Amino acid sequence: MADGASSDAFVEFERVQKSYDGETLVVKDLNLSMPKGEFLTMLGPSGSGKTTCLMMLAGFETATHGDIRLDGTSINNIPPHKRGIGMVFQNYALFPHMTVAENLAFPLEVRGLGKSEREEKVQRALDMVQMGAFGGRRPAQLSGGQQQRIALARALVFEPELVLMDEPLGALDKQLREHMQFEITRLAHELGITTVYVTHDQTEALTMSDRVAVFDDGRIQQLAPPDVLYERPENSFVAQFIGENNTLEGVIKEIRGETCIVQLDDGEIIDANPVNVTEPGERTKVSIRPERVEYNMDRLQEGAHTLKAEVLEFVYMGDIFRTRLRVAGNEDFVIKTRNAPDQVRLKPGQQIEIGWLPQDCRALDA
Amino acid sequence: MAHAETDAQGRILAADGTPLKQSLQRALRAQKMRALLLIAPLLLFVVITFVMPIGDMLLRSVQNKAGTHYVPDLIPNVAEQIEDWDPASGELPPEEVFRAMVVDLQVAFDEKNHTQLGRRFNYESPGMDSLFRTSGRRVSGLDLETDGPFREALIDINDDWGDLEYWATIKANSGYYTNSFFLAAVDMERDSTGIAQKDPDQRIYRKLLVRTLWLSAVITFCTLLLGYPVAWLLADLPARKANLLLILVLLPFWTSLLVRTSSWKILLQQEGVINDFWVWLGFVERLSLINNQLGVVIAMTHILLPFMILPLYSVMKTIPPSYLRAAKSLGATNWTAFWRVYFPQTTAGIGAGGLLVFILAVGYFITPELVGGADGTFISNRIYFQFSAIGNWGLAAALGTIMLVVVLVLYYVYDRLVGIDNVKLG
Ligand SMILES: Nc1ncnc2c1ncn2[C@@H]1O[C@H](COP(=O)(O)OP(=O)(O)OP(=O)(O)O)[C@@H](O)[C@H]1O
Ligand SMILES: [Mg+2]
Repeated sequence: MADGASSDAFVEFERVQKSYDGETLVVKDLNLSMPKGEFLTMLGPSGSGKTTCLMMLAGFETATHGDIRLDGTSINNIPPHKRGIGMVFQNYALFPHMTVAENLAFPLEVRGLGKSEREEKVQRALDMVQMGAFGGRRPAQLSGGQQQRIALARALVFEPELVLMDEPLGALDKQLREHMQFEITRLAHELGITTVYVTHDQTEALTMSDRVAVFDDGRIQQLAPPDVLYERPENSFVAQFIGENNTLEGVIKEIRGETCIVQLDDGEIIDANPVNVTEPGERTKVSIRPERVEYNMDRLQEGAHTLKAEVLEFVYMGDIFRTRLRVAGNEDFVIKTRNAPDQVRLKPGQQIEIGWLPQDCRALDA
Repeated sequence: MAHAETDAQGRILAADGTPLKQSLQRALRAQKMRALLLIAPLLLFVVITFVMPIGDMLLRSVQNKAGTHYVPDLIPNVAEQIEDWDPASGELPPEEVFRAMVVDLQVAFDEKNHTQLGRRFNYESPGMDSLFRTSGRRVSGLDLETDGPFREALIDINDDWGDLEYWATIKANSGYYTNSFFLAAVDMERDSTGIAQKDPDQRIYRKLLVRTLWLSAVITFCTLLLGYPVAWLLADLPARKANLLLILVLLPFWTSLLVRTSSWKILLQQEGVINDFWVWLGFVERLSLINNQLGVVIAMTHILLPFMILPLYSVMKTIPPSYLRAAKSLGATNWTAFWRVYFPQTTAGIGAGGLLVFILAVGYFITPELVGGADGTFISNRIYFQFSAIGNWGLAAALGTIMLVVVLVLYYVYDRLVGIDNVKLG
C-alpha cells in the first residue's frame, strides 16, 4: 500500500484527512510520498477526492487532519502564494484581460523580476511550448490546444520545483490530447520537475506516469508503476478500473502458497493466483485480462486450465478482434486477440474451449 | 473540387444564373419581412411611448408657441411690420407696427388668445403678461378708422407700450422658431443690444446642471463603493445563500419609492433616529443630515444601490474562482490577485452599473424634491417646476433636451474610453 515517510521524499502526505461539511470524509487517511523528479498521476472515478488532494497541496484547501510536507517542511500554514507550486487548471485559467506574454510575465512580475529578465524568460517559456510567435495575442484568440500550452508555460515559467495539473487535457480532442501527453512528459523529464497529475483517463495515467495512485472513496487503492498496476492489481477495484477486465465470481476452496483453488458459482473448479484472499470459504472475484485468454489450444502452455465457452459476439476492430463469450454463466466475458495472419475468426454460436495461465488469473476480494 | 460559375465581373453565380449575392438577399428578404411583422406591435409601442414624446420635447424646445398656436400666427401683421425695425436705433417702432398690433390684438381678444400671448412674452420680459391682459378689452374697443394714430392710443391705454425693451422682446420672438428657451436654459437672455448673460443673481440653470452632474457622480461613486463588496459576496456564496441575499438586495424594489424616501426623512431629520443616537452618544450639536446635498446623496445612494449591485453581480458570477487561485498559485498576494486579475475583469460590470446609476440619478426627481431642501434640488425639479407651476413648456423642453444631450455626450465619451461593447448589463 502507500509508502510511509522516507528521508528522500519531496512531497509527503501523512495521515491526511479532509472533510468539507464535518459529516463525511472526502479524503480518508491519505499517505503518499514522492521523490524529487517523479511524475505521479492520481487516477480515480469522479468524486473520489483527487482535486481535493491537489487543492490541499496547493494551499486552497486546508487538511482537516494530518500533515503535508514539501521538501521536509510542513506547509499546512504556508499561504498558497508562498508555496511556489506551479499549477495548471482544467479550464486553464488564463487571464482573459492580459495578452499571452503578460500572462506569462505575471508570476515573474509579482516576484519582482526586472523587465529584461522577464521578457527573456517569457520568450524562453513560449519557445519551450512552441508558441514563440503568440506572445501578443489574447487567450480568447487561441485554440484550446494552444491555450493549454500557454497554461503549461505559465505554470513552468517561474521554475517551480513542483507542478500540479488537474485534468489539463480534459477539453482536448483525442489526437491533440495524445500529442500533449507526450509534450508534458517530455518537458517534465527534461526540466526535472516533480509533477502531480490528475486525470480520469486511465490510458493517460498509464502512458505518462512513473507511478499511478488509484483513488477511490477517499483512499489510495494502489500506488504503483503502470505495468504493475495493470498486471498485478491488488484488489478488485483496481483490476476493474484499470483496463478491461473479466471477472468470475466464486468461493476459495483451498490456498496452497502461490496458488489457490476456486470453485466458481456454476460449479467449475479453476486454479488462480491468490492476491488478497486469506482463507478457504471466502468469496472471491477472479480477474483475467482479455488479452491473456487463449482459445487456440496449441498455443496454450503446459498446465493451463481450460473452461468451456460459447461465442456470443465477434467484433472486428482492425488491429485486434474483440470477442464476447459466455463463460461460467458470465455473458460479458471478453477476449482480445491480435489480428495475425493465422488467427481464427470466431463465429457467434460457436462452442470453444478457453484457457490461461494460473498466474494471470488473480483471485481478489469480492 | 468543382468551381462555382462566375459572371463577367467575377461575381459568383447561383444555380439559376443570378449573382449569388442577389439570390441570397432575395432569400433573406422574406425572412426579414416575417421577422419585422412579428416585432411590429412592439415597435409601434416603442415609437408611440418613447420616440414620439422625445421628438415632441425636442420640437417644443425650439417652437415659438403661445398656448397651442405659433406666435406669428397670432400676430401675423406685427410679425410682418416689425421686421424692418431695429431696436438698437433706440427709437420706438413706427406707427405701422402699433397699428398692426391693434389689428392683431383685436383678433386675439375675440378668440381669447391675448392672455396666452402675454404669458409667452412674459417668459422673456416680466410684466408683459399683465400688459397684454389689461390691454385686451380696451384695444378691442378702438376703431381702426378713427382712433389713430395708434402709438399714442396704445401708450394711452398702458404706459408700458412705450417701453422699447418690450418691443424688442416682441421682435425677437415673432418667428415660428426661437432659441430663447435654450438661451434661458443656459442663463442667457436677449435684450435690445443682443445676447448677454443674465444678472448673476438670476443665473440658476448652469449651477443646477453642474450640481446635478456632480451629485450624480458622487452618488454613482458611493453605490460602487458599497455595492462592489456586496456583489462580490453574492457571487462568492453558494447558490442558496446567494439567492436569499439577492432577495434582500431587491427588497427595496417591493416598497414604494415614496415610502423609502420618506423613511429617510424620518431617520435623518433634526429630531430623527440618527440625531437622537448622536446626542445620546454625548454630542451636543445635532447634525443636519437632510434638506441638503448630504441628504440627497444618502437617500439616493440607498435607492440606486441595487442598480449597481445587479450588473456587478452578473459579471462577477461569470468569473470562475480558478482565476484567483491561479493568480495566487503564481505567487500573487491576495491583494495583487484581486487588483491585477479579478478587478480588471469586473470593469464591464462597473461600467454598466455606473452608467445605469449615473443616468438614473441625473434624471431623478422625487428624492431630491423631498430631501434636497434648497441646495439639494436637481435640474429635473426645476424642469417640473417650469411646466407645472409656470407652464413654460418650451423652457422645460429645452432643459430636458440639454440633459439628453449631456447624457448622450457622456455616453459617447464612455464608449470612447471603455467601449460600450464591454458593458454587461446582465
Ligand atoms: N468546496 C466543496 N464543498 C463541499 N464539498 C466538496 C467541495 N469540493 C468537493 N467536494 C466534495 O468532495 C468530494 C471529492 O471531490 P473532488 O473534487 O476532490 O473529486 P475529484 O476526484 O476531483 O472528482 P472529479 O474527477 O469529478 O474532478 C465530492 O464528493 C465533492 O462533492
Ligand atoms: Mg476534480
